[in-house]
Amino acid sequence: MITGCLAVYRREMLILKRRFKRQAAGQAVSPLLYLLTFGYAMGGELRFDGTRYLDFLLPGLVAMSSMTQAFAISTDINVARFYWHIFDEFQAAPISNASYVAGEVMAGISRALMSICITLGLGYLFGVRLHYPPIFWLTILLNSFLFASLAVALAMVVRNHADQSLLTNFVITPMAFLGGTFFPLDRLPVWLQKILGLLPLTHASTAIRAAALGRPVHVMSLVLLAVIGVVFFGMAYYCVNKARD
Amino acid sequence: MSGSHAMIEIRGLRKDYGRVQALKGIDLTVPGGQLFAYLGPNGAGKSTTIRILTGLTRMSGGSASLGGFDIERDAIAAKRQFGVVQQYVNLDQELTVFENLDIHCRLFAMKKKARRERIDRLLAYVDMTDRASTLIKKLSGGLKRRVTIARALLHGPSILFLDEPTVGLDAAIRRRIWALIKKIQQEGTTIFLTTHHIEEAEFLAERVAFLDEGRIVALDTPSNLMARVGSWAIDLVEDSGMKTRYFSTREEADRFRAHGAFTMRRVNLEDAFLSLTGKKVGQ
Repeated sequence: MITGCLAVYRREMLILKRRFKRQAAGQAVSPLLYLLTFGYAMGGELRFDGTRYLDFLLPGLVAMSSMTQAFAISTDINVARFYWHIFDEFQAAPISNASYVAGEVMAGISRALMSICITLGLGYLFGVRLHYPPIFWLTILLNSFLFASLAVALAMVVRNHADQSLLTNFVITPMAFLGGTFFPLDRLPVWLQKILGLLPLTHASTAIRAAALGRPVHVMSLVLLAVIGVVFFGMAYYCVNKARD
Repeated sequence: MSGSHAMIEIRGLRKDYGRVQALKGIDLTVPGGQLFAYLGPNGAGKSTTIRILTGLTRMSGGSASLGGFDIERDAIAAKRQFGVVQQYVNLDQELTVFENLDIHCRLFAMKKKARRERIDRLLAYVDMTDRASTLIKKLSGGLKRRVTIARALLHGPSILFLDEPTVGLDAAIRRRIWALIKKIQQEGTTIFLTTHHIEEAEFLAERVAFLDEGRIVALDTPSNLMARVGSWAIDLVEDSGMKTRYFSTREEADRFRAHGAFTMRRVNLEDAFLSLTGKKVGQ
């Protein structure tokens, strides 16, 4: 299983290497704009519970980047499947579906880590100095794992590129704005807090922010991310098998 | 690799897409080392058969084995038996020739030294050694096709599936690909070729199956299939359209030709297909 998984991963990394400059530039645009508009221009003087808004915002952007970039592999898989037919090469190869899913998920996690390094670098340039303990990185890994697994599953379910964009618009974009990225959820009505508490990104951003600000992290959030991640990985495995027409 | 034992065995293979029956019970045995052509018009079920055999499409019924391994029960072992060249170029355009080949080797768990040796050998085999570091997107259609053939052979498969390998290529490049296919077969690889180019099947195949509307309607050597309709043909233009008369001997055809200014030609596989199905292969 490992050799097949590494072969799939290597292919994705070779492509990432070839696109590195434009990929890095693309990954820098969103966090840069958010830091400029929400953090620098609008929130320079703003504080939440004694925390500068920029310090509050950056962990949220890290959580959001890990989600969006891990999920972005779904578009690449989609293009490889419907446009270049590379997926056929993997399906005709003597590798298990689990190897394929694991390779793609690892690629999604790698892309997410790359974007987080860019986001943290930009934060540093904006004067943000936070803590990055192991639990900070563990939460990022779990969040990336979860969304990369979801990306593989959904990439197998969709039938064309247009459906892929719809999924991003309906699943990822709302979560990016409502998952505790830009504002503390405790200012919202309780019923809405409960609903938003069901989103994995809410748990990820809360845990990442707590770790980055040197506060205690709720272990249950990490357990929840791990459990949902495993469920999504299982879904991806099932969907790859179902992708044969 | 080669031998007279069955390398490809298909029994009662069916494929349904909803109410449409793409394959209606295919029975076929291809012995080791044979170059077998699967001939039929577009939509006859040729690509569906290859997609099922190579694990890309699920079968609706029947069974199939490759090199003795059942494609459903022993899918991984069955996949080690074959290489496949799809009718479309499924290479990573952003990677180099070498990188594409290297990924394939890794998917087959080949060791580093073996990978290097096989890639060098196959690139020389398809006469592309100097293109190893060229990006795929910078290659012509014919060169891309040669890379897909090299890739399919990297792991030393005993069966090679070629799904319309020369589609979209000009006549000169097509002939180069044919020569390459012949060379591969002479080295002992069993080749399963789908095509709707009559001349391709005539030039390459030792045995041909005619597929029409999901069924095999004839299965024999090209010469036997052609002999069923005759040896010589004369095409006639009539009010109702083009008609062809077939003759067993040249003398018979000559006698008929004496009645008008007709062009006489040898019978080909298209004639055999037409007489069996009422359709042309290229339809």
